Amino acid sequence: MSSTDYALYIENLTVSFDGFKAVDDVSIYVEKGTVHVVIGPNGAGKTTLLDLVCGKTKPTAGKIKFDDYDLTTMHEQDIVQAGVGRKFQTPSIYPSLTVFENLEVSYPKGRGVWGALGFKRDQEVIDRIHEVADMIYLSDKLQTPGELLSHGQKQWLEIGMLLIADLQMILLDEPVAGMSVVERKQTADLLRKISQNRSILVIEHDMNFVREIAHRVNVMHQGKVIAEGSMETVEKNEKVIEVYLGH
Amino acid sequence: MKLLESGVVSENRKHIISFIILAATLLLVFPLVFDIFRLNLVAKYLSLAFAAVGLVICWGHGGILSLGQGVFWGLGGYCLAAFLKLEAAVNIANEAGTDQIKALTTVGLPDFMDWNQITELPYIWYPFKSFPITLICVLIVPGIVAFIIGLAIFKRRVSGVYFAIITQALCWIMEILFVTRQGWTGGINGITDLRTCLGWDIRTQAAQYTLYFLTAGLLLAVILFSKKILSSKLGQLLVAIRDMEDRVRFSGYDVSNFKIFSFCLAAMISAVGGALFVLNVGFMSPKLVTIAPSIYMVIFCALGGRESLIGVVYGTLIVCFGRTYFSEQFPELWMFLMGGIFIVVTVACPKGLAGLFESHGAKALAFLKKFLKIENLASKDKKEVEA
Ligand SMILES: Nc1ncnc2c1ncn2[C@@H]1O[C@H](COP(=O)(O)OP(=O)(O)OP(=O)(O)O)[C@@H](O)[C@H]1O
Ligand SMILES: [Mg+2]
Repeated sequence: MSSTDYALYIENLTVSFDGFKAVDDVSIYVEKGTVHVVIGPNGAGKTTLLDLVCGKTKPTAGKIKFDDYDLTTMHEQDIVQAGVGRKFQTPSIYPSLTVFENLEVSYPKGRGVWGALGFKRDQEVIDRIHEVADMIYLSDKLQTPGELLSHGQKQWLEIGMLLIADLQMILLDEPVAGMSVVERKQTADLLRKISQNRSILVIEHDMNFVREIAHRVNVMHQGKVIAEGSMETVEKNEKVIEVYLGH
Repeated sequence: MKLLESGVVSENRKHIISFIILAATLLLVFPLVFDIFRLNLVAKYLSLAFAAVGLVICWGHGGILSLGQGVFWGLGGYCLAAFLKLEAAVNIANEAGTDQIKALTTVGLPDFMDWNQITELPYIWYPFKSFPITLICVLIVPGIVAFIIGLAIFKRRVSGVYFAIITQALCWIMEILFVTRQGWTGGINGITDLRTCLGWDIRTQAAQYTLYFLTAGLLLAVILFSKKILSSKLGQLLVAIRDMEDRVRFSGYDVSNFKIFSFCLAAMISAVGGALFVLNVGFMSPKLVTIAPSIYMVIFCALGGRESLIGVVYGTLIVCFGRTYFSEQFPELWMFLMGGIFIVVTVACPKGLAGLFESHGAKALAFLKKFLKIENLASKDKKEVEA
């Protein structure tokens, strides 16, 4: 395999919290321009995996590479500036800012103190915000404070904040949790659309949703990857049925 | 979209109106209704309001609760007091004539240094020989102290209660420093007997009037300046950090830099107030750099509404007037009242008076309109009857 096919390399990644290995020798490769999904029961270590990629937690062993960056040695903000961003499991938006301001704050300009002081809301910024708001189905909510959005809309807004930041690699922790069936459908459309020019790593519980979006799936259990492949093959894997799909 | 934008406009208009009301109150109403003694008192209170305005930025918007703003306020005050003291010392020497005074004190040296057997001006007093350098020091000294503390603490991601406790410790350290380094700072008495600034007698009534307007004018200017900063992207980011720090960090920002900035800015704004205090009252004391004043500043802010640049000025005035009147008559009761107010405000209306005004202002206005209409009708009826 030529190395250029992959956006994100996770290799033999391990993190140990006082001897408890929340992520244990995990290797996952995310192909460019695809939606890659990680599934697994509660406590499998999925969120911890994202914590490791985005620099919130430092690994005990293993490598994470994105483009030519070694993410394990970088600070959180540098990882984002390199092009890797993440949505949290509990939707994290700015409750007292409007949807417009939430997106504006995420615009990738004026990231330093002086830059932020001199930041101008020019036509380019406004246009981009409207464009993203359209994609995330929130164009009629631009002046609504974040706290007044429904749970699903908050999820979309947080995805929008990643889109406007112009990232090559997006990590989504349970993006359809708390969404209605219709909203799930819309989110699947959204992910398909945005994966055309970037790579996405999704963590999800909803099997129907995964079936709809996943190019490739990894199944995690107790910190380890126990299966890998397309959703069809993974679903037939006996180990997977036993630990996860069985219940 | 048009409709929504007009919503933003009316929000702006509300700010402008409340700013004009505040400006009118400070620049017209107070000077007209108060005598010079009271007006001087108000100037003193307004100099404290600077600290509250600083807290609106770092606490109200940035979420950084500092219980040490009195330190920065005091540092600003001490810097200006040092300049005025040197001027006073030179004046005394000139008035007395060099020959007589030489035997008693060292020429041009502040009296308290003499009492502490210091015969030469300490190096740290040198900058205060020059007025422009002193003005720079008023801002820079507190700014640097805040920067060092911010760097040490925010880069380590210490925040919340731990930060508040550290700032309390800072008050304590500063007080001890200022009290024990008597020869440099005037010790427990502070720096007193300040009479002139660049030859201008600051104790006359005319000067006190001028200083009142200087204080009120600068406070209004600082409020406008702060408003400008809070409406920039940086202001939005402060609120974002306050509400959802991790989201900001994982959006590519170095959160600590923004915290350091807002903490330094709050310190420098506070320091301007301290310097104005010195001009208005003619002394500076270590008692003003301690824990109690710092906590009062937080209470001004909590009562006035910690997110409101304008609300905190009213908060400051109410608490200060309350303290002046009640504490003389019922000193013990006042402390309970103060504590009570603080608890009620934080529990019942976390946005303070400004929040109350926001939520009930419209209702009150509607009620007032109705009431006035009835009044009008009543007076009309009367006229008709009389006719
Ligand atoms: N900082 C930490 N210190 C100690 N243990 C941790 C830490 N972070 C996570 N863990 C543990 O690691 C395990 C994996 O947690 P993680 O949140 O990654 O699971 P998950 O797969 O995301 O589960 P869920 O589906 O419930 O979100 C859990 O047992 C958790 O308690
Ligand atoms: Mg999780």
